Amino acid sequence: MTFKQEPAVQELKSIYDVYRIREDFPILKIKVRKKTLCYLDNAATTQKPQQVLDTLNKYYTSMNSNIHRGVHYLSGVATDAFEEARIKVKNFINAKSEKEIIFTRGTTESINLVAHSFGRKNIKEGDEIIISNMEHHSNIVPWQLLCNEKKAKLKIIPIDDNGEIIFDDFLKLISNKTKLISVVYVSNSLGTINPVKQIIEAAHKNNIPVLLDAAQSVNHLPVDVQKLDCDFLAFSGHKLYGPTGIGILYGKENILESMPPFMGGGDMISKVTFEETTFNELPFKFEAGTSNIAGAIGLGSAIDYVASIGIDKIAVHEGALLDYATQRLKEVPGLAILGNAKHKSAVISFIFDNIHPHDIGTFLDYEGIAVRTGHHCTQPIMQRYNIPATSRASFGLYNTLEEVDVLVDALKKVIEVF
Amino acid sequence: MLNSELRELYQQVILDHNKSPRNFKKLETANRTAEGYNPLCGDKIDIFLDVENGIVKDISFQGSGCAISKASASLMSTVVKGKTIEEAKKLFEKFHDLITRKLDEDESIEELGKLAVLAGVKEFPIRVKCASLAWHTMLSALKNDDKTVKTE
Repeated sequence: MTFKQEPAVQELKSIYDVYRIREDFPILKIKVRKKTLCYLDNAATTQKPQQVLDTLNKYYTSMNSNIHRGVHYLSGVATDAFEEARIKVKNFINAKSEKEIIFTRGTTESINLVAHSFGRKNIKEGDEIIISNMEHHSNIVPWQLLCNEKKAKLKIIPIDDNGEIIFDDFLKLISNKTKLISVVYVSNSLGTINPVKQIIEAAHKNNIPVLLDAAQSVNHLPVDVQKLDCDFLAFSGHKLYGPTGIGILYGKENILESMPPFMGGGDMISKVTFEETTFNELPFKFEAGTSNIAGAIGLGSAIDYVASIGIDKIAVHEGALLDYATQRLKEVPGLAILGNAKHKSAVISFIFDNIHPHDIGTFLDYEGIAVRTGHHCTQPIMQRYNIPATSRASFGLYNTLEEVDVLVDALKKVIEVF
Repeated sequence: MLNSELRELYQQVILDHNKSPRNFKKLETANRTAEGYNPLCGDKIDIFLDVENGIVKDISFQGSGCAISKASASLMSTVVKGKTIEEAKKLFEKFHDLITRKLDEDESIEELGKLAVLAGVKEFPIRVKCASLAWHTMLSALKNDDKTVKTE
């Protein structure tokens, strides 16, 4: 085991006690096909710590009520907890004001909100929207729908063989027709961390707003919307150790103010008559209907949990996992890693010439290992590299070096069969 | 060592058909073709048929997919050749019943011949689509239906 180099192990131990942290996640103790679960599908969704589960339980057992406008005790308690969660999100991404934090169902809804509201208002025939070749379908399809409706054009930033955006080509795509740039911060398939700061600077020189799909970044690296100066940022709670069905759209206050509502209904109004409706102020203007109250409070708890460990430390821990896994996977004959960007998050897509990812997935499942196999909702990436699918191991704050060994050993067994 | 369910699924015959698929080419004499696609895993298959007087004179396939889908296509191509359209349809019904646990194995496994090696699929409901993609595509080609067949 010459690859088990001392530095990586030591670094991991010194950053935090991962075995102590694993105790917080009850699901990590379950057996899958008589093997200890080795959960390496964190880019799809993360597991939830007991603290978040307790918060959800506490909400439904002692606080459950509909928020805003209620005059009774429970409604007040629930409203306070909900709005407190909003402030936690605001602080987590360092937004200027909680008015800039809108609760949605997830990243997909956040992007659709911008497409429907900002997009419908500002995109006209002949205009252009720029996205990249490494977008998740959720950052492609809403813009396609909008472009079809408005007879606008979708422009695609190409990527190179390592899975990095070709920056010069991006600059060439910018023109006075460009009305929005929407790019992924961290690629869910390739792990690439995109140079979003430079993208935003280039865009703002031309007065073009930028949306960042941060679904795969808020859980892996510190995100500061004021430093980035992004105009919109979207992410999901469930990839940040929080519940499913809750997500965030951050938007700069002045831009959100200028946007029409996305959905109509309760809570987003201030006065309704049959002749006319005046809309509620931010952020409520964009939160029609009863929100996922438990989800929002649960997300607040997940943010507390992540903050208690420290996102900087999580980034170091996952960086060590990425380095070790990359090194060890290279031991497996015939394995090629897809996505070799210089700046990468702890996501590793890999392929074999002669073994289909689906077969890999089934074999690994029998070792208790959960990886994702398929196109990862990024079919244009598969087309770019001319492959049908990949297997993807993605790491979270609770993964260990031993789990990397379990994966590598299992893969070595698989290739013996084929 | 391999788990017994896995060994049942990935039998030597299947691994062999995966490695060296039979009739894996474009059929120049084809008069019916269809394309199959499984959006779940990206599997793609093209089926080529030479049908004359209701009989499958020749069959071939091309495409990419997992071991189960490739082996299933390869095995299908070897058993369907020379069969009538009706016989091919019936064979698929039996085969589909086998992999979805609707068939009493002892009763009619003999009729399935070589196809019986895919019986292990029944322990893996997620993989039924892999094993049946080639068949659905062939049936579509028999109908001379040019639409892409999807398993989703």
